[in-house]
Amino acid sequence: MRAFVVAAYLFLYAPIALVVLFSFNAGRNASEFTGFSVEWYGKAFSNTFLVQALQNSLIIAFVSAVLAAIFGTMAAIAIERMSERARLVFDGLFAAAIVVPGVVIGIATLVALVTMLGLINPLIAGVWPGENPPRIGLGYFSVIAAHGLFTMAVVTMIVRARIAGLGRDMVEASGDLYATPFGTFRQIVLPQILPSIVAGFLLAFTFSFDDFIVAFFVSGSKTTLPMYVFASIRRGVTPEINAVATTVLVASLFLILGAHFLMRPRSNKPVEG
Amino acid sequence: MKPAKEQGTSRAKGPAIDPSNDIEFRAVSKRYGDVTAVAGVDLAVPKGAFVALLGPSGCGKTTCLRMIGGFEQPTEGTVLIENRPMNGVPPYQRPVNMVFQHYALFPHLDVMANVSYGLRQMRPPLARTEVQRRSEEALELVRLGGYARRRIHELSGGQQQRVALARAIVNRPAVLLLDEPLAALDRKLRTAMQFELQTLQRELGITFLLVTHDQEEALSMSDFVCVMNAGRVAQTGTPREVYDTPNSLFVADFVGKTNHLSGTLEPGGVLRLANGVGLAVGGNGTGRVAVVLRPEAIRLHPEAAGRGFAGTVTHRIFLGSTVEYAVAADGLGDFLVTADRGKSDGTAEPGARVRLAFDPTALHLYPS
Ligand SMILES: Nc1ncnc2c1ncn2[C@@H]1O[C@H](COP(=O)(O)OP(=O)(O)O)[C@@H](O)[C@H]1O
Ligand SMILES: [Mg+2]
Repeated sequence: MRAFVVAAYLFLYAPIALVVLFSFNAGRNASEFTGFSVEWYGKAFSNTFLVQALQNSLIIAFVSAVLAAIFGTMAAIAIERMSERARLVFDGLFAAAIVVPGVVIGIATLVALVTMLGLINPLIAGVWPGENPPRIGLGYFSVIAAHGLFTMAVVTMIVRARIAGLGRDMVEASGDLYATPFGTFRQIVLPQILPSIVAGFLLAFTFSFDDFIVAFFVSGSKTTLPMYVFASIRRGVTPEINAVATTVLVASLFLILGAHFLMRPRSNKPVEG
Repeated sequence: MKPAKEQGTSRAKGPAIDPSNDIEFRAVSKRYGDVTAVAGVDLAVPKGAFVALLGPSGCGKTTCLRMIGGFEQPTEGTVLIENRPMNGVPPYQRPVNMVFQHYALFPHLDVMANVSYGLRQMRPPLARTEVQRRSEEALELVRLGGYARRRIHELSGGQQQRVALARAIVNRPAVLLLDEPLAALDRKLRTAMQFELQTLQRELGITFLLVTHDQEEALSMSDFVCVMNAGRVAQTGTPREVYDTPNSLFVADFVGKTNHLSGTLEPGGVLRLANGVGLAVGGNGTGRVAVVLRPEAIRLHPEAAGRGFAGTVTHRIFLGSTVEYAVAADGLGDFLVTADRGKSDGTAEPGARVRLAFDPTALHLYPS
């Protein structure tokens, strides 16, 4: 039994450990470790294509996570005020949105965006006074929209759990102490759900930053970091790619640990005595 | 406290404003779907009084408080605070404050910020120094002077309770509402807090309306008790009135320990008990009646005394200052008797033959 568990963990983590290990390999060969070096990190981050892809990914992840945090929180607050039955339906829909496969989200978003743009672009051309009307195409905006949509569900779930844990009492107590509904939101609700909003933001950022499938469908001519890695792997695994993968891994770990820390439960439980 | 009107009768004149009432319920009902939580309650809480709302769990006490606080709207009837009808007035515009059953303190704020919260909501804003001074005063009043900078989770249950109290009284509300404020405390702390609440109420002169299911708590602390049963007011009066002259079997049972007998009332005011003995109780009804007798109204005598009902002691429970006996009376069933420990009747052993004596005027008769 014990050996089995060890084997399972080995199976899970050994490939990742190898990637990390070989990112520090002095040699070019990916099958034999010839010495410690960080030169591949330097190489990777002086590659302009890679840096451009990284920049795209960071912009998309940041903007989509900000949007997800704002709209996800608003949705969570709205759901909390619904009737019991409506709440069940919307909670279910948000949970479902999280488990929808990336391929489906990718195709669905692509079809929806292309249809929408097919309607909007002629409209713009119709009212444009000048010679060359602008055309909105796939790019930053479409990836941000697609990522924002599915990461918003994550934010909503996390914030919902926190709001539900606050309980009716505290909000009522604030009202009892002369705070207006908005005053209660600003002074009592928001400060207490803020950690979960930030946690949701961090997770949304991570999901967007790591996503390949959805971006692959809707990014148009823009290349995100996972797309760049995928494209270059077809020319063989290089230590440079290992270095990029290790960087992404470490950054993601920190973001997720941060989110986890922010989501830890807290209580008013009195001390003994 | 007095009922604003007798139950069942309708108000003959227009609403008579009584300036001495801080809170008034006029025919207030509250229904949740099929559940009727409060059914036609009339109630008046006089200014400056300490009033207890007493009743078993689920009888609608909390719902009454929540309608005063503004968290629930009555389905029917009107709640008045300081003679102003409160229909549609949101909680934050009502001159009352509530101590919540589970305190509902704000965990992200320290003790000082919790206590000063209400003052900081005032519009136009109060001066910073004023907020500071009044909050410190309130903390001193509940003996938490040195705790201003503590976090809520660093306090004990009793201390959290006092923060909740300070947070409410700092605003000098017209009425302080307390929902089972002592229920979560252990017995010793509870007794201490009972005294503290009483003292606080007298010092501040704020009207207190306290909800409890603990009859001892209600009787010992309040000026007036309102006993509730199944959403209705069963009886209102001073603790003494409610205890000594309960108006129903329910109130008699709920506000203290009771012995139950049954008998038949015969013409001439004679109560015929199950063992055939007739007692002169007065009155002029006839028919079967339920009879209630408080355990401390009974005296135990040695069998040789020759007066009273004979019986055998079955149990003796030592309660510290008093002793409780269970006595099986011949032909009458089991009796509970409370005796002072010091008195000679506090020494009968289980198995001993005794006589039970009581004054017939101590009997409470209810139609059965
Ligand atoms: N929000 C609610 N929805 C439905 N029923 C309720 C609600 N609040 C209270 N009740 C019902 O109303 C009755 C009285 O409740 P409550 O006022 O809390 O009683 P108490 O405080 O005396 O224990 C109970 O039967 C309770 O189940
Ligand atoms: Mg209650």
